[in-house]
Amino acid sequence: MAKTALQFRHNSSDVAIFVDGGTNLLVALRELIGDMTPKFGCGQGGCGTCSVLIDGELHLSCLTLAETVAGRSVETLDSLKQGPNLHPLQRAFAENFAAQCGYCTPGMLMAAKALLDRNPSPSRAEVVEAISGNICRCTGYEPIINAILAASGDRASA
Amino acid sequence: MTVTVKTFTSSSEAAAALSSDRNARYLGGGTLVMRALNEGDISLSTVVRANDQALTRIDPSGPRITLGAGVTFARILGERDLAFLHAPARSIGGPAVRNMGTVGGNLFAPNPYGDFTVALLALDATVALQGGFGSRDIPIEEFLQSRERQAGTLVLSVSCTRPTSAEAFHYRKIARIKPKGGSVITLAAHLPISGGRIAGARIALGSMAPTQIRARAAERALEGRSLDAATVEAAAAAAAEGTSPSDNALSSAWYRREIVGVHLRRLLLGQE
Repeated sequence: MAKTALQFRHNSSDVAIFVDGGTNLLVALRELIGDMTPKFGCGQGGCGTCSVLIDGELHLSCLTLAETVAGRSVETLDSLKQGPNLHPLQRAFAENFAAQCGYCTPGMLMAAKALLDRNPSPSRAEVVEAISGNICRCTGYEPIINAILAASGDRASA
Repeated sequence: MTVTVKTFTSSSEAAAALSSDRNARYLGGGTLVMRALNEGDISLSTVVRANDQALTRIDPSGPRITLGAGVTFARILGERDLAFLHAPARSIGGPAVRNMGTVGGNLFAPNPYGDFTVALLALDATVALQGGFGSRDIPIEEFLQSRERQAGTLVLSVSCTRPTSAEAFHYRKIARIKPKGGSVITLAAHLPISGGRIAGARIALGSMAPTQIRARAAERALEGRSLDAATVEAAAAAAAEGTSPSDNALSSAWYRREIVGVHLRRLLLGQE
């Protein structure tokens, strides 16, 4: 079957790939571009570990038809890296023990980034709401909520 | 799984493509169709899309509001004029699902989803459809009853009347996981008051039948009466009448029948 040419902004670079009909964005990112930071969890929209930002909005990459991001900007967890330094959110996650097995962490970080980009000093309730589409089976959420609140405090004081 | 993706610039072309291929499905926000693809649904061989801007239009002012089928829940939450729809919009998914999921797609969402449609059913919404036969408007209740046969038609928009007052419209989703979780039951009530009495009572329920349904017996108990404790009690006692809930992982059918009256009473009395 014919493949479709697809170009979009992936983190800070422009990419061009060919996708099969029906390919989801998660598969395109991982298998065609080689960005392994978004994870496959449920494939149903229930877990949130495949979360990415599309034009700054939080989306589930496994439920996004790849060709719908043509000409748009896709940010994954890989965009948070700043050379050898951790992003303030990543540092806060490490310091607050917010990652145990780590499988939910890419999605949690992107959901947290989507929140803080829009609302730099969220309340605890707003943090809980922001990660409500992301499932974590290890931490019980409290360390993650504390990490996001700590990162927002760092931003405010920076 | 590889499928054919057909993208059109107008909704009428997309509707024509849908009506001519029984294995085609329309892709809105992706939360239903992409999920089916990820699960390997072999009944699906063609995905139809339309970039028609009319599908994402919101007409929020005036007594009757119209939402394009492609309007997301996040956009509804951003419209101050649509405050009466904020509670149902907020009850859907997490932020990512609200950025993706659409009003039109919600009409097709099976239990335990489709909560926004419960609110639309209580507001006597009308669904604008485009099929091979042209376009037409049908009442949402009629649409839901024939939902399984709507595969070849494209939903263009949904319109409904704004509640007469904020106090006249009530919505609640009962879920085990907060703030996000599938519906145990979902309730919406529109009780316009005229001369101290309820005129045009509408009670809609989700997860109490294969599709969202109206609780007609409860509506009859409310109609023409004042909204007092005795009336609410009568409506609560009749809430399960005519329903046919199923068992699923969130709750048994028995439990749903047991609690629907309790939650209707709390909803109408404004109790937690």
